[in-house]
Amino acid sequence: MSIRVVIVDDHAIFRAGVKAELEKGVDVVGEASTVREAVNLIVKQKPDVVLLDVHMPDGGGQEVIRQTLPGAEGTRFLALSVSDAPEDVVAIVRSGARGYVTKSISGPELIDAITRVSQGDAVFSPQLAGFVLDAFTGNDEQTLADAELDQLTPREQEVLRLIARGYLYKEIARRLGISIKTVEAHASSVLRKLQLSTRHELSRWAQERDLID
Amino acid sequence: MTEARRRLKRSTDGAFVAGICAGIARRLDIDPVLVRIAAVVLTVATGGLAAVAYGLLWVVLPVAPKADAGHDRLPGRGTGRNSWLIGAGVGLMTLGLLFIFREVGLWWSDALVWPIVLATAGAALLWRQFSGSTDSETEAVLANTGVSGGDRSADGTRISPTVAKRSRLGPYRGAFGFALVVGAAVLFLYINGAFDAAGDAALAAVTVIVVLALVLAPVWVRLGRNLGRERAERVRSQERAEVAAHLHDSVLQTLALMQKKSDDPRQVSTLARKQERELREWLSGKTGDERATSLASALEAAAAEVEERHGLPIDAVTVGDRELDERGAALVAASREAMTNAVKYAGDAGTVRLYAEITPTETQVFVRDRGPGFDLDSVPGDRRGVRDSILGRMKLNGGSARVHSGDGEGTEIELTMETK
Repeated sequence: MSIRVVIVDDHAIFRAGVKAELEKGVDVVGEASTVREAVNLIVKQKPDVVLLDVHMPDGGGQEVIRQTLPGAEGTRFLALSVSDAPEDVVAIVRSGARGYVTKSISGPELIDAITRVSQGDAVFSPQLAGFVLDAFTGNDEQTLADAELDQLTPREQEVLRLIARGYLYKEIARRLGISIKTVEAHASSVLRKLQLSTRHELSRWAQERDLID
Repeated sequence: MTEARRRLKRSTDGAFVAGICAGIARRLDIDPVLVRIAAVVLTVATGGLAAVAYGLLWVVLPVAPKADAGHDRLPGRGTGRNSWLIGAGVGLMTLGLLFIFREVGLWWSDALVWPIVLATAGAALLWRQFSGSTDSETEAVLANTGVSGGDRSADGTRISPTVAKRSRLGPYRGAFGFALVVGAAVLFLYINGAFDAAGDAALAAVTVIVVLALVLAPVWVRLGRNLGRERAERVRSQERAEVAAHLHDSVLQTLALMQKKSDDPRQVSTLARKQERELREWLSGKTGDERATSLASALEAAAAEVEERHGLPIDAVTVGDRELDERGAALVAASREAMTNAVKYAGDAGTVRLYAEITPTETQVFVRDRGPGFDLDSVPGDRRGVRDSILGRMKLNGGSARVHSGDGEGTEIELTMETK
């Protein structure tokens, strides 16, 4: 059975483009262009994966997750955005998205990401891996390194670094001499730590780096 | 939310008198009762100075937008009855204050005290009238434009009866306030004998000035606020014009160019990426100087430059940053060469990636492609790019370079440069 996907984006052209690319690999069961439409559609369709635009009127992807996550076990969210601003990325992942990819991602890569998210794995684009490394492990004072939150283990940092360098999970597994499952477990663990860190710490990090006004 | 919290505003929501204490409490996130107790204690302790400060804050602070969008509080607030009460209250407060002065040994004659009490009560009515009507105007505008949400604009019709009622009551209150102030002045002058034949003309003149100041102050304050608002509006429209000009010069030109080249997908994609980069750079608001001194920016710029020259995509991710020095510049040059090499020999096999991690002790750069790779020892001597520009340059500047390749997983050039 193929994966059932809902596309949420306020740009019709982009929805059409993504849909055309996805139809080779997954089953697109609906599209929504507003937060309200998206919430109704997700409640009704109970899709496996929601492809979610970060920036939409009325609260964007974050609001969709907030309104549907409590009742939607089995539905997972993959954020998709033109923005590569760290605060956007971090905010949507913290609200519950299982991954983040930029809109310039190729069709096959997107299908691969959707498949992985549907299996409960975390999807890190190289950019997202870079942000997380920057936020958690940077060595200057402007990072979370001193904050009271779960630090990344050396192995997790190693995995993130390889993702940032463009390695696929299977290549990381081979390079580190571990199984793909272990790589996935490390990625999920990083995602959990990112979601658990308090909003205050992350927003301070973003502010100190002049990322938000 | 944060903006509302950051700036001190009068809070009309839980206002006792003018909402100063409630506003302070909201700003500090504590119970308004505590602030009110502190205010009373301060007033007594400073012999009334705190009350003067309260009055000043009343004039100066803007009114906070109401926290809840509900209108149930609105009719009760600022209606005629309320304003009368406040006028009387302020008068009594002034009287109380003057009694406190007497306790500490400062007592002016009755000739001064009673006119002051009357004048402050009148001024309170007048000022309340003016600041109140600005509130209601703002609220009416908010309700009509639906700024604070859909249900609010739906309520827009409900606000008009209130406004109408207030504007009907308004003139009476204003007139009474005015009468109080003028009456206080006349009383003052009469008691002091300024109406006698040998009256003191200077005293009369000063009194008239004080009356005018009391009556006109709210108008001036309001005028000042409106001017400020207009200025902000002008700044905004200027910014809009700037954005429009930028979009016109860059984005629209690129879009036109892309339509012309629509039969060449590679060029279209290169143009799109170039425009995307420019736009992001512009949005980031970093100045050229900031970019010129940053190692991370220099690496990203090098990636962009190679991508543009060869028309093949390079994705750059950087972690950390530091100032661009001589060694950094050598590292950037070597990275540029590595990227050029990668797009030349493997650019068609997939996106070339640059990853740089800058720590205080060292900088590592990885350039990865999806090509078949090569063995460094078997690189022919005529491929000087790799040997001289990458390995040689890194060694000369105290760094090192390694090449990982094979296993059909592409090639990765790793450059390491320690910080001096």
